Amino acid sequence: MNVFLKFYHRLGSPREFYKISGTLIPWFGSISLILILLGSYLGLVVAPADYQQGESYRIIYVHVPSAWLSMFIYAVLAVSAMIGLIWRMKMAFVVMICSAAPGAWFTLLALITGSLWGKPMWGTWWEWDARLTSELLLLFLYIGIIALYNSFDERHLAEKSAAILAVVGVVNLPIIHYSVEWWNTLHQGSTVIRSDGPSMDVRMLWPLLIMAVGFNFYYGLVLLLRARNQVVIQEFRNSWVRELLVNKGERS
Amino acid sequence: MNVSEFFAMGGYAEYVWSSWLLTLLVLAWNVLAPQRKHQKLLEQLEVQTKREQLKNSTHKT
Repeated sequence: MNVFLKFYHRLGSPREFYKISGTLIPWFGSISLILILLGSYLGLVVAPADYQQGESYRIIYVHVPSAWLSMFIYAVLAVSAMIGLIWRMKMAFVVMICSAAPGAWFTLLALITGSLWGKPMWGTWWEWDARLTSELLLLFLYIGIIALYNSFDERHLAEKSAAILAVVGVVNLPIIHYSVEWWNTLHQGSTVIRSDGPSMDVRMLWPLLIMAVGFNFYYGLVLLLRARNQVVIQEFRNSWVRELLVNKGERS
Repeated sequence: MNVSEFFAMGGYAEYVWSSWLLTLLVLAWNVLAPQRKHQKLLEQLEVQTKREQLKNSTHKT
């Protein structure tokens, strides 16, 4: 417990966070690279073609991990917003704001790859269907959080406002997930996260899970890279940031 | 399965490969952009520190 508390305090301190992120970045980078390469190979080459959709279904290996990640990132963003609002932990708002841009990117990716899959299978690029519309709303939420944060000069005000929007927006997450059950949608139902277990062939399922885990490590990597920058910006006047330069000089 | 068959993706090549390409671009950009920014921040820091050192040294003389 003591070790855990110590770790928590270290992560909570910007200076310690900067140090820890430096050691974690290469790990997250290599793990995500290996998993994404392996998942791509298994998904594109090894997995069999779908009996209905032929080879086109292989878009699933980038579409579904992006869509899952777009929701996972939002959950992380909203929880850190809540922690920041309640306990005023310094790093929580950093995690919040540094998650918004990658979240928006993966939402956009899920929408575009979905569109590229929809055209050959449904015959349309876009449909105002519950799943698609709620995912589009998620994109607007991310953009709204970034815009709101940037509209204030005073950082604490910016953080609080963005955090409140983030917490309110969390209602969209269950709507996205259950949209394919609650409404009659063109989008297919869940094939992996089901109460009776995945309905996918294991040879198709494994690459998907590997890609999804790889994408999550990738998000960890981006979050660390962005949070490290944010910490330097916020602590620009502090002496420990100045010491970074000295260390950098020693290394090179 | 031969190579040309693999790239043809059963007639869905443009959809499958453009999805993959876009994903690759998004993944690459999201890692490169913050790294470039980090580099810039460190350079900015260096300039700032030098400027302050200069200021201090001129004050003393």
